[in-house]
Amino acid sequence: MGPTMDIYIMLGLNALNGVASLFLLCVGLAIIFGMMKIVNLAHGEFIMLGAYATVVSTNAGVNIWISMLVISPLFVGVVGLVIERLLIRHLYGRLIDSMLATWGLSLLITGIITTIFGNTIKGVQTPLGSFSVGQYSSSYYNLFIFAMALVVMAIVFVVMRFTRFGMIARATMQNPGMSAALGINPDRVYMLTFAAGAGLTGLAGGLIAPVAGITPGMGAAYVAKAFITVVGGGTSIITGTISAASLFGTIDQIGSYLTTPVYGQVIVFTTAIVLIRLLPQGISGRFFKGQL
Amino acid sequence: MTTKTALGLQLAALAVVIVGIALVPGYVQIFTVMQLTLFASMAVLALSLAFIWGFGGILSFGQTAFFGLGAYAYAVTAVNFQDSTPAIVMAVLVPSLFAAMLGYFTFYGRISDVYFGVITLTVTLILFNVANSTSGQEYHIGRAQLGGFNGMPAVPTFNMPFNPSAPLYPEQGWYVTAGALVAVYCMLRAILAGRFGRVVVAVKENEIRASLLGYDPRLIKLLAFTIGGGIAGLAGALYVNWGAFVSPNVFSLSLSAQIIIWVTVGGLGTLLGPVIGAVLIEYIISSIGSQQVVNANLVLGAVLLIFVLLLPKGLVPTLRHLALEVLHRFRKPAAPEAAPPAAAQPLGSK
Repeated sequence: MGPTMDIYIMLGLNALNGVASLFLLCVGLAIIFGMMKIVNLAHGEFIMLGAYATVVSTNAGVNIWISMLVISPLFVGVVGLVIERLLIRHLYGRLIDSMLATWGLSLLITGIITTIFGNTIKGVQTPLGSFSVGQYSSSYYNLFIFAMALVVMAIVFVVMRFTRFGMIARATMQNPGMSAALGINPDRVYMLTFAAGAGLTGLAGGLIAPVAGITPGMGAAYVAKAFITVVGGGTSIITGTISAASLFGTIDQIGSYLTTPVYGQVIVFTTAIVLIRLLPQGISGRFFKGQL
Repeated sequence: MTTKTALGLQLAALAVVIVGIALVPGYVQIFTVMQLTLFASMAVLALSLAFIWGFGGILSFGQTAFFGLGAYAYAVTAVNFQDSTPAIVMAVLVPSLFAAMLGYFTFYGRISDVYFGVITLTVTLILFNVANSTSGQEYHIGRAQLGGFNGMPAVPTFNMPFNPSAPLYPEQGWYVTAGALVAVYCMLRAILAGRFGRVVVAVKENEIRASLLGYDPRLIKLLAFTIGGGIAGLAGALYVNWGAFVSPNVFSLSLSAQIIIWVTVGGLGTLLGPVIGAVLIEYIISSIGSQQVVNANLVLGAVLLIFVLLLPKGLVPTLRHLALEVLHRFRKPAAPEAAPPAAAQPLGSK
């Protein structure tokens, strides 16, 4: 293998990793925004809370895998549950108010975390080691993220498609009145679905904690990315998010490689705006209509 | 109250405000004058969103994009020409053009409210990232170095029109900024009283009905958005004049959030409310800034949440409602006992 081949392999690995992290960061929002139609502008702060949960518990001596895979999703899921009860449930059907309130919430959470932990916190080390492709090196953790994306994808698919809860959740989002008539409590379903979306977001936050810069304001870097991915993907949770994440993640990595990371982002955002203009229903609304 | 007396009262209020502005430098410290100048430039920015959101129904999450573009346009032109006259023109022109372009893309694509919010947010983030990445000698426009995240220091402040050798004193800067605030306010009131303003409100109330009456909602929204962009740009120039400095923070998300908070707190659908909201919130933030007990974000977030949940109309409409209620009580001390039941009144009798 020559050096040119190596660089293509590296680029491919990076693109795969970019797509996988983008999918993980967006899937919670796809449930909360794509399915429940709540514009949760505090999504970035849910990610941040997940990352903090991992960092704080790992620094306190908990095994890093338990922090990432158990504590972060549970903690953010519970936070999501409380927020749904106190705030979100008053805002169903009030689109603009839910945008404003969740923006307020995002500032509030940022403020609380800054007050507790200050502007910086000691990060955690990236677990697993690294391997090399020719003269380039990459870490096994990137492969782990990719595997986790596949696992989450499978879990969401199975739960939504084959379990009773998944069916009830999809039915309630489609027609709350009808499911109430059939003896289901929509209030409870909304609450649990929101908590599930928050929990998945917390998991994503925990998973990126070893590789991201952790500050109280880190959520702002993810919220726009997540929203354009979900909007670009359309309402289907899995097909939409995967297709948009694949498109934007690949463009981001290739654009960053050819220019600089900043211009890579500019290229992604511009593509997203053009895409939304061309396909207002998102990719899944145009190509995978009616699929999960 | 007839329309004539109402107009008279408003003109009287305007006269009081102008006299107040003229008297301020004589009664307060220069530090306070500078702070008021900052508040006034923020109030102009508040008016831009108050107009497009409160009257045009366009919720822009990225009004800072135009504010920042205005600020940078002013700074670049002022550094190149060493004269603020063309710079102020550019500060209004560049953001207006950008708003027109973005508006064409979004309104003519019939993009829904939510997507519009996401797109404006995204554009702001792009501009923030781009402005941040312009550090280095190679990033310059004419003689102006953009300076990346350090921003552009020592930007020439306002001078007498076409006379760069006569820069304005801080007091004169206050007159210009406060004067611009009053002028923008009056201009928007005039627009809203006129035919175009009424169509803008009609489109906000019911887009389909307005288009059935023969108006093109896309064009109306585009024009309103462009006007809003120009006003935000002017606010950017006023802001740079205040600090003689511009940095990528003019594009920051927290400023975007603040503009929305000003309008929500002051009262959506009024012009006076957002101005009051801007001054109030900025005053609170500057007071918080000097101590370390509570974080500014925490307070802003809490304020926004409280207003959305408990006082969704905002301060000015709520106070106006209360005042009218009190006035009503005074005029009729005893409520008429034999008031006809509401249901018995013919529809549209009021």
